[in-house]
Amino acid sequence: MKPLLLAEYTATSCIGRGVTPTLSALMEQRSGLARCEFETVKIDTHIGEVPGVDAQRLPKDLQIFNCRNNRLAELGVQQDGFFDAVQAAAARWGRRRVGVFIGTSTAGIMQTELAYRARDAVSGALPPSFEYGPTHNSFSVADYLRHRCRLEGPAVVASSACASSAKVFGSARRMIEAGLIDAALVGGTDSLCLTTLYGFHSLQLSSPAPCRPFDAARDGISIGEAAAFVLLERVPENLDADAVLLYGVGESSDAYHMSAPHPEGLGAKRAMQAALTAASLEPGDIDYINLHGTGTPSNDRSESQAVTSIFGPTTPCSSTKGATGHTLGASGALEAVISVLAIQNGLMPGGVHTTRVDPNLTAHYIKENRRARVLRVLSNSFGFGGTNCSLIFGRAG
Amino acid sequence: MRLSAYIGGIGVLGPGLHSWPHAAAVLSGLEPYLAAPTVLPTPAMLPPAERRRTGRVVKLALAVAVEATASAGADPTLLPSVFSSSGSDGHICHEICQALALATREVSPTRFSNSVHNVAAGYWSIATGSMTESNVLCAFDASFIAGLLDALTQVAVDRQSVLLVAYDTEYPAPLHAKRPIPDALGVAMVLTPGRDATSKARIDLTLTDETCDSMSDLQLEALRRAIPAARSLPLLRLLAIGAAGRAVLDYLDVSRAAVQIEPC
Repeated sequence: MKPLLLAEYTATSCIGRGVTPTLSALMEQRSGLARCEFETVKIDTHIGEVPGVDAQRLPKDLQIFNCRNNRLAELGVQQDGFFDAVQAAAARWGRRRVGVFIGTSTAGIMQTELAYRARDAVSGALPPSFEYGPTHNSFSVADYLRHRCRLEGPAVVASSACASSAKVFGSARRMIEAGLIDAALVGGTDSLCLTTLYGFHSLQLSSPAPCRPFDAARDGISIGEAAAFVLLERVPENLDADAVLLYGVGESSDAYHMSAPHPEGLGAKRAMQAALTAASLEPGDIDYINLHGTGTPSNDRSESQAVTSIFGPTTPCSSTKGATGHTLGASGALEAVISVLAIQNGLMPGGVHTTRVDPNLTAHYIKENRRARVLRVLSNSFGFGGTNCSLIFGRAG
Repeated sequence: MRLSAYIGGIGVLGPGLHSWPHAAAVLSGLEPYLAAPTVLPTPAMLPPAERRRTGRVVKLALAVAVEATASAGADPTLLPSVFSSSGSDGHICHEICQALALATREVSPTRFSNSVHNVAAGYWSIATGSMTESNVLCAFDASFIAGLLDALTQVAVDRQSVLLVAYDTEYPAPLHAKRPIPDALGVAMVLTPGRDATSKARIDLTLTDETCDSMSDLQLEALRRAIPAARSLPLLRLLAIGAAGRAVLDYLDVSRAAVQIEPC
């Protein structure tokens, strides 16, 4: 594929609003996970909650979109001058020539959860104030952002569970290459809600402790929330060597099970290989792998097998979910931005909370930060339904 | 900017539309449109244990995907797919929200697994054994064109054949009052970069500011307005007639999609 430029980027999660605090947290190996005190949830678990989401206001004319997910999207898009950069891109390319591609798993479903508590006692009707389309519907977050940023290009949400905001890079890449648009607002937003907190709990996939990816005693995920965005453009003629490019996108399906990964990681392997092929790179060209690394026994086992089968046991890899939690549909975009920070700062972030790496996992998992030249990073995102996506980012020069 | 492909196999299932050959007869005026609730077949291609767990979204999407790939003679294990829907399984969503409104908050693990927007793509992959990529999209009422755009860019940029599946199902009460989709309707088509023996027509798509076409039959027009995937009806009508023509399909608030059809 033709590489694309990550012209601007930003990330907001429980470890920080914007890239500066995010980088500091990674440098200090600081986790944002805390005991769950979210809303009325009574589950013994840890979560990665972004402070101040509910205090965030949406513009007056966009109140119809008001829900936790869009408040988080608004908070996220205002960091690092990202909103202004999108406006500059719209002015440069034209509003019709900038597309919107956002990944989410549950969008603003919490608005419906709340509405179901307030049903009319006699008729069972939901409250009149409840708006389905601009809050609950998966498209609501892309629709909010296209209205907020006044973009008029093609707009879509990808909702492939926890691979959602990695897969949007593929859609945006195709549309730019086809010549339909010149720039793309790409990213992911997923926010805490009862559906995912109680849902993962019912599957016994969430840990009572802060998640410990690749640990011998790992026992599940910690759910987090995040808004992370990238402005994707064609590579210009004059390019700063420090710029970061998207070199490869690889996707696959497991064809195995709705909520369990392929035991040998065959789908994951296929996605990583496809990303390498798209980037015209060899496994040895990858300096660091940002794993999907959720911290469930089966996910980490199958991912480790897949990684080792391609990269062998020496390529350093880690999961940043011990720091941020598993931000579900936003994790692909969040970890894309973390991959950019790794490249620009020569940082391989060590996995937080993991004390003893599972000796049965053969991938080279790093617990301590490493400072080294990082030219190319591969980032993995896998989801329910057996959907897999691997992205490769790298320095331009 | 124009996106082009050849349309091979087609699958259709909806209220009063039982298959693509039946829908083609109705849309070309050979048979009258008789409104009737959509009857969804049980997906025989899934193992019995999985079959029991599938809801209406999965049954609908698999039914039209099977019809389209079978009539194109396409091997699903070689075919990437785009699944586009304005919502996930509304009945499961209702069950989960109802359970969460009770003090016990007991969410069924199977319901939760099947609540994801990509549930149909997941079961398609399991049923066919296809490990190819599947992109699962949502653009609310614009979901059909959003899916078609994504599929056409795969054909145009990566020069590969793609299965497009666009489908919508209804919510039960009380959500139904807020999102009144009346019934299930799905459309699937195999899009290829080159013309082959199964090609029905060439499609060229451009974005436009023109107003969208309506259906002259009042009941079909009501369907077009009520179910997002039925925004494809003016396109299906052209394919049913089998003559060259142009249709403008509804997309976003700021743009529509114009499709030019040349029969093969």
